[in-house]
Amino acid sequence: MTIVVRAPGIQTTVQDLGRLAWQHAGVPVGGAMDEQAHRIANLLVGNDAADAALDCALGGIALQFESDALLALTGRNITASIDGVPVPPWRTLRARRGGLLALHNGCRTTIAIAGGISVPTVLDGRGTCLRGVFGGWHGRALRRDDRLPIGAAAPLAMRIAAHLDARHRAVGDWGASPALRPAYAAATSVRMIPGPEHAALTPASRDALFGDTFRIAPESDRMGYRLAGPSLALTSHREMISSGVTAGTIQLPPGGAPIVLMADRQTTGGYPRLGDIIAVDLPLLAQLQPGDRVSFAAVTLDVAHFLLRRREHDLAKATRAMHLRFANGADGAR
Amino acid sequence: MWPRTLVPLGDRALTIDLSAVPDAETRDLIRCLDARVQADAPIGVTARVPAIRTLTLHYEPTATTFVALAHYIDAALMTLRVGPAVPRAPVVIPVCYGGEFGPDLADVAATHHTSGEAVIEAHTAGDYVVAMIGFLPGFPYLEGLSDALHTPRRDIPRTSVPAGSVAIGGGSTGIYPFASPGGWHLIGRTPRALFDAQRSPPSLLQAGDHVRFVAIAHESWRDQVNAS
Repeated sequence: MTIVVRAPGIQTTVQDLGRLAWQHAGVPVGGAMDEQAHRIANLLVGNDAADAALDCALGGIALQFESDALLALTGRNITASIDGVPVPPWRTLRARRGGLLALHNGCRTTIAIAGGISVPTVLDGRGTCLRGVFGGWHGRALRRDDRLPIGAAAPLAMRIAAHLDARHRAVGDWGASPALRPAYAAATSVRMIPGPEHAALTPASRDALFGDTFRIAPESDRMGYRLAGPSLALTSHREMISSGVTAGTIQLPPGGAPIVLMADRQTTGGYPRLGDIIAVDLPLLAQLQPGDRVSFAAVTLDVAHFLLRRREHDLAKATRAMHLRFANGADGAR
Repeated sequence: MWPRTLVPLGDRALTIDLSAVPDAETRDLIRCLDARVQADAPIGVTARVPAIRTLTLHYEPTATTFVALAHYIDAALMTLRVGPAVPRAPVVIPVCYGGEFGPDLADVAATHHTSGEAVIEAHTAGDYVVAMIGFLPGFPYLEGLSDALHTPRRDIPRTSVPAGSVAIGGGSTGIYPFASPGGWHLIGRTPRALFDAQRSPPSLLQAGDHVRFVAIAHESWRDQVNAS
């Protein structure tokens, strides 16, 4: 099974859940910008959560399927069609051989296909490392006429496909419940755990960090988001020594405009650390576009861990439900 | 017990800050603690990032907790035997200095009121130690730059620095394994591959390695690239 890229969009890359374990060698983690959307898209097509899928910036993407395919689209503000017929996001979709998927619009869309994008594993990951030019599809963003191999569908995926085909349906009547999806919005509030240099902010800057809203600046990408808004300052200049950073680290460069580190961030950074956005809120940020607005609220580590465990519990429950629904033999009873 | 501060780095990582340890002991302490974590592979720890004054551990909060890791780290620090690294031969990095390979060599020389040749001589005379790997895959932050070569970073960073560029930024010298934006002064370029995802280990250099630079003729650039 192969898919052909008819239109690559602005920047579409093959991504999984990242290469955590090579950070000591300076290798960016990478992976899906919106981890939750990636995992749910994979679940909807019967894949493992970590299977490789496409991570698409904005719209203008067209893919043609050379065999029948099972796919799902997840993210914010998605408008898409298959052979001209509009299809919903957050659902299992069936495309026929020769079918053309068009993603007209979206913020940061995951396109998962049953079987996953079958690219070689490099440094324990299948994601594209753009800076290091390795992994994913030849270490680069997709181009027109690229032909991507798709892996063998898992038994769960085959049962889902058989279920749809038996009913002559192209769209599953199940999907990710709203409770399972992040509450995306163009003006969003994210929670963060204050970082070591947060206490060194001037009182006015601290008020601005938690009281004002920031806009996502145009020069934002998979590495990081630049924030436009009130200029922040520390009470005194800090001579920083480079140290580990992570997804969601809010850095303050000398210019006073914060940067939030995203999926393709570097492993270490030398700017003051104002705080780190909590894991469950990173998807909200991943789905913002230049011009969208974000504000910050502080939470404790305990709250962050409670929220993360609850999300993992919900995802595990949804995964079990999907397996139960399509368990061998269960299908005929419905 | 070594003085340490544990700082949450968000909800899936923590930084062990060892700034209070005397400078002379920090490098060996971080290397030994990092090796200990690597050997123990505590449950839930997904990655280690040793740096100059810190060791950052990434973890999976569904498998462990901050408190559990704090206990682990303190127990490790209590029993850790810290000693110097096993001496290894320095890694030799061939460099084409100046010209198209090092467009800032003349500027660095002018900053220090000396000649390009003197800068090359001072840079190749140094015995450098990899203080940490970061910023880019395989990018070494090298300690040991002669005081006479310390040069503040460029006011305006370049949007693209060629792969292999050997550079000076403040009191550090380093090598860009990949083309990237960068604010350091480019004094030369090496044909050696600093990072290759297909190689094991992928990074040519590891924290603690010794490095020496040797000047090579510009004419030999192509041969060296082909050989490496």
